[in-house]
Amino acid sequence: MTPVIIPDSTFWFVTILLGIGTFLIRFSFLGLLGGRALPDWLLTHLRYVGVAVLPALITPMVLWPAATQGQFDPIRLTAALAALYAGWRFGVVYSLLFGMGTLWALQYLL
Amino acid sequence: MSSAQKRALWRGMRDCSPFMLVVIPFSTLFGVVARDAGLDILQVVAMSAIVIAGSAQFTALALLQDQAPVFIVLLASLAVNMRMAMYSAALVPHLGQAPLKLRALMAYVMVDQTFAVSVRTFEAEPSMPLPEKIGYYFGCIIVVCMPWYLCTYLGAVLGQAIPAALSPDFAVPICFLALVAPMLRSLPHLVAAGVSVAAAVSFAWVPWNFGLIISALLAMIAGAQTEFWQRRRLVKEAA
Repeated sequence: MTPVIIPDSTFWFVTILLGIGTFLIRFSFLGLLGGRALPDWLLTHLRYVGVAVLPALITPMVLWPAATQGQFDPIRLTAALAALYAGWRFGVVYSLLFGMGTLWALQYLL
Repeated sequence: MSSAQKRALWRGMRDCSPFMLVVIPFSTLFGVVARDAGLDILQVVAMSAIVIAGSAQFTALALLQDQAPVFIVLLASLAVNMRMAMYSAALVPHLGQAPLKLRALMAYVMVDQTFAVSVRTFEAEPSMPLPEKIGYYFGCIIVVCMPWYLCTYLGAVLGQAIPAALSPDFAVPICFLALVAPMLRSLPHLVAAGVSVAAAVSFAWVPWNFGLIISALLAMIAGAQTEFWQRRRLVKEAA
């Protein structure tokens, strides 16, 4: 795979705005809003932001990997499932180890 | 700094130190993957220093490589960081009285692990005086953020040495999986994740990665509705 070149101007534009935006999110209550409470319905939705965004981001990367030009790869799917299980059962570090370990082991063996 | 505050700082460092096991490989991977994506060393380190949010950085990087429009890149990466608005709110009762400049610094370095550890400690010991809470918080920061900067740099330097045969590209979804998997602890979280995956497949055809935003919104609603349903059921059972 030849990596897509990310233009410098786009990179800096995104990085700086992302930095400012992220800071404002972090600063929001602690800094600006003085601890005014958010409505319960909004907090309830915010609780699921992580599990809502990340799986949607992961799914295409696992099913149609860029490294295989979008061809489905059973080895990568297996490695992803291994990472998911290890992360769920044992935690973050194990997830990284099991995921990449499974990928390398299967690529070597098959 | 008083000796009590210094002790609190040391204690924060000690309590947060196990997370170095996560931060070191995660930030090194970011350095490697970002170099692999064609960024130069200055860009890689600058991104880690300016943003300090691994999952958002990986999100932005993946979407930039996908040549998604800039506003989609920002929207998706900031959405990943929205959870920190909740952290910010949860820290107010403990650190809200600190001087504004310190609060700004605390906000800049706020990350998942330091938030979780410090709030757990503050809630267990409500009588801890403010200066000690501040010391404790920055103790947590030191052991998490210093390795974050340093290992991003090391990863960026080492990055080119990692052969393509090791598929460093797949480290990105593996990192995301490592972050998501431990979150799948309750029914609403499982429902949200399931809807997210199903919607990502169903809306994969939508241009400019807009399918990601649609999927995330649907999944958030699904998670929240499941929680509301659980609450109603509890009320009914109690009645």
